[in-house]
Amino acid sequence: MLDTREIQTVTHDVVVIGAGGAGLRAAIQCADQGLNTAVLTKSLLGKAHTVMAEGGVAAALGNVDERDNWRIHFRDTMRGGKFLNDWRMAELHARNAPARVQELEDWGAVFDRTPKGLISQRNFGGHRYPRLAHVGDRTGLEMIRTLQDHLIHTRAHVHMESTALEILVEGGRVAGVAAYWRDTGRFMVLRAPAVILATGGGGRAWRVTSNSWEYTGDGYALAYNAGAELMDMEFTQFHPTGMVWPPSVRGTLVTEGVRGDGGILLNNKGERFMFNYIPEKFAAETADTVEEASRWLEGDKNARRPPELLTRDVVARSILAEVRAGRGSPHGGVFLDIASRRPAEVIKRKLPSMYHQFKELADVDITTEKMEVGPTLHYFMGGVRVNSDTQQSRVPGLFACGECSAGMHGANRLGGNSLSDLLVFGALAGDGAAAYVRGLGQPPAATDASIQTAFRRATDILNRESGPNPYLVHEQLQDAMNDFVGIVRNAEDLKRGIEEIEKLKASAAQVKAHGASQYNPGWDEALSLRSLLITAEAVARAALIREESRGAHYRVDFEGERDEWLQYNIVSRMGNDGRMEVEKVLRPDGPSELTSIAYAKIEDLEAGRVAAPAQGA
Amino acid sequence: MANRQFRVWRGNAQGGNFQDYEVDVDSGMVVLDVLHRIQAHQAPDMAIRWNCKAGKCGSCSMEINGYPKLACMTRMSIYPDDATITVQPLKTFPVIKDLVTDVSWNYEQNKRIPPFKPKPVDADGRRRMYQEDVDRVQEFRKCIECYLCQNVCHVLRDRDRKDAFVGPRFMIRLASLEMHPLDAGDRIEAVRKDFGSGLCNITKCCTDVCPEHIKITDNAIIPLKERVVDRTYDPFMKLVRAIFGGK
Repeated sequence: MLDTREIQTVTHDVVVIGAGGAGLRAAIQCADQGLNTAVLTKSLLGKAHTVMAEGGVAAALGNVDERDNWRIHFRDTMRGGKFLNDWRMAELHARNAPARVQELEDWGAVFDRTPKGLISQRNFGGHRYPRLAHVGDRTGLEMIRTLQDHLIHTRAHVHMESTALEILVEGGRVAGVAAYWRDTGRFMVLRAPAVILATGGGGRAWRVTSNSWEYTGDGYALAYNAGAELMDMEFTQFHPTGMVWPPSVRGTLVTEGVRGDGGILLNNKGERFMFNYIPEKFAAETADTVEEASRWLEGDKNARRPPELLTRDVVARSILAEVRAGRGSPHGGVFLDIASRRPAEVIKRKLPSMYHQFKELADVDITTEKMEVGPTLHYFMGGVRVNSDTQQSRVPGLFACGECSAGMHGANRLGGNSLSDLLVFGALAGDGAAAYVRGLGQPPAATDASIQTAFRRATDILNRESGPNPYLVHEQLQDAMNDFVGIVRNAEDLKRGIEEIEKLKASAAQVKAHGASQYNPGWDEALSLRSLLITAEAVARAALIREESRGAHYRVDFEGERDEWLQYNIVSRMGNDGRMEVEKVLRPDGPSELTSIAYAKIEDLEAGRVAAPAQGA
Repeated sequence: MANRQFRVWRGNAQGGNFQDYEVDVDSGMVVLDVLHRIQAHQAPDMAIRWNCKAGKCGSCSMEINGYPKLACMTRMSIYPDDATITVQPLKTFPVIKDLVTDVSWNYEQNKRIPPFKPKPVDADGRRRMYQEDVDRVQEFRKCIECYLCQNVCHVLRDRDRKDAFVGPRFMIRLASLEMHPLDAGDRIEAVRKDFGSGLCNITKCCTDVCPEHIKITDNAIIPLKERVVDRTYDPFMKLVRAIFGGK
């Protein structure tokens, strides 16, 4: 039996798991309030998936179009989320985003500028006005670097290349984290009364994804195993434009900024097909002729937005429909054309990393040639169910923010709302954890038995004689999710998917990792399978229950949004028998001052004919 | 699909050697894809550091056929069909295992750099700076911290003067702060004294390997050296400062 006295043990007030934008912002907030703060990150500092965010961070600064304000941002967000968003979270987000973005400038961020020297903002799908503060197409990198360089001068401790295995829970409350150092393979116990999960999503459960290796749903699994609930897991966003060729980069993101800056989608007949897929509820705000869309691009404020900038779920399904109708590109996508729309030097200046990505990985010069693109699993709207103001889950001391938490985005996320989400709710989670820690008497102490159990579950994988190859089990899961829990879903496929997941759970319980524990990717892979399978199961089961099509969740056997389903979230948790329980949970109606904004006619809202709610944020 | 020969350095801080792998390579693959295929089928515990697989995070730095590169951005098609591909870890940093090195020294250097110090906000509470004034800073901020420049810097690689020079990555970090229109800090004395700008003899090897094509030497290091010279060695300005004070 492992002697816990021989395990490295550190004590903190709060442990933040994940060092993407949400984790770093949460850690800064905690450290600023004097908390002894640790950040656990599976990678090196500054490498998190946030660096992949390209387009920008949404905030109603009104720098480019002074008509913008938080209420319009809020309305856009609710409409994008098909009104399933947590009302309060969407409100907090829209109200706080401008301050959170401007604060980054105080910390040294250098966004692109307007002619008047303010932060420039670009158009993006679903946003009524130019709203995305950006740095070319590397906004995420700018944010990560700014937060990273700010964090290292606080007193927070960063534990690089260390992975959380389990949340230690004592008497129903958080008592710490069991983790291991990847570079040495050694174990570590972090004793802490509060844990903030900021682990991002779980896109690696699919074969075609824009997500990096880290996106294995760790936060979902850690929370689920600790007794917290997951919500809205059926809403997985497929970004409409991922690379489709060469095969090894299939899924890699092509920023929506290409379309925001004028890029158009074409089928193999050269038709600008998005004009054929404008949903009725967006018809009034979308251009219906090429001529009007062109005027919009030239800055005509009376012209309506081009249909390429409809929400991501609409564009992704439209692309799939074109491909299935035989009008796709040679490698199974459609064409994205910016070359004929903008001069080469503008493309290189505004989309430099897209230019390099295509040039170096696909031999395509996007200033002269069309790109080939298709949908790719990009983002989880669902996640850990949290209190909208404190970000605390139902387990006292366990918080979640950013992509790994649920509620803010409802059934579909608007582009640019993720980077603002992680700033706003990263900071709020830090506040929530700080308040919890301050209000706590004696912090709960993890027992030796729970620590030993956590580590034994990890070492079993190395110690057993033989077993399935974890890499291959992962590939089977990716195939199952792509085939049965994809963009277009039906009950039969989803049931098949759940059966496959059940079989893979049995395999994963027996996987064998070869070699020693030091920097062993096979062991990392085997451990992440546990998280991936919980994530995949929660998605598939929730998708089977929701018998309607809303936002990113599309059921061919239940077409269209059904009003009765707007009353429910789908929540999963571990049952007493250890199996996953999934149920419909009634969601509260929005407060009238917010519903009146969300459902207002845009003309009324802009003319000030909708009553303003009191400042609540 | 074609059969290719790979030689990959396997080992740890105690030592190691090259091991041969024969592997099927599909069209369009990059070196990182091939390494992953070796990992999945032949060497499950082979250590590789990687994240985004799109040239944006700077994790998969290694030496491929002798050149420092990002494995995720190195296409197999640039090599002749019969060429053996030799892959080894960065030389300038200590090996942890296989292709993964201990780059923590770089993180220590960043901590030593005095952070951004904002000037006061404008009267309306906002901050203004103009695109033409931030272009050069934005070039430096493209850095993905892959440390390939640190790996090829002669001062660090051959002379092992990590005690005296922070390396090109942190010279551009210093330049991005010094040239930031809203920064009120002054790091020029430290650039010379603490960070060792004098040790760089501008061979531009760092610029050559930068995957972000940042002109490290011309746009960051040389201007910093000039500022150091103006400050430290200009006798007239020294006199002016002695009389009137100031930077």
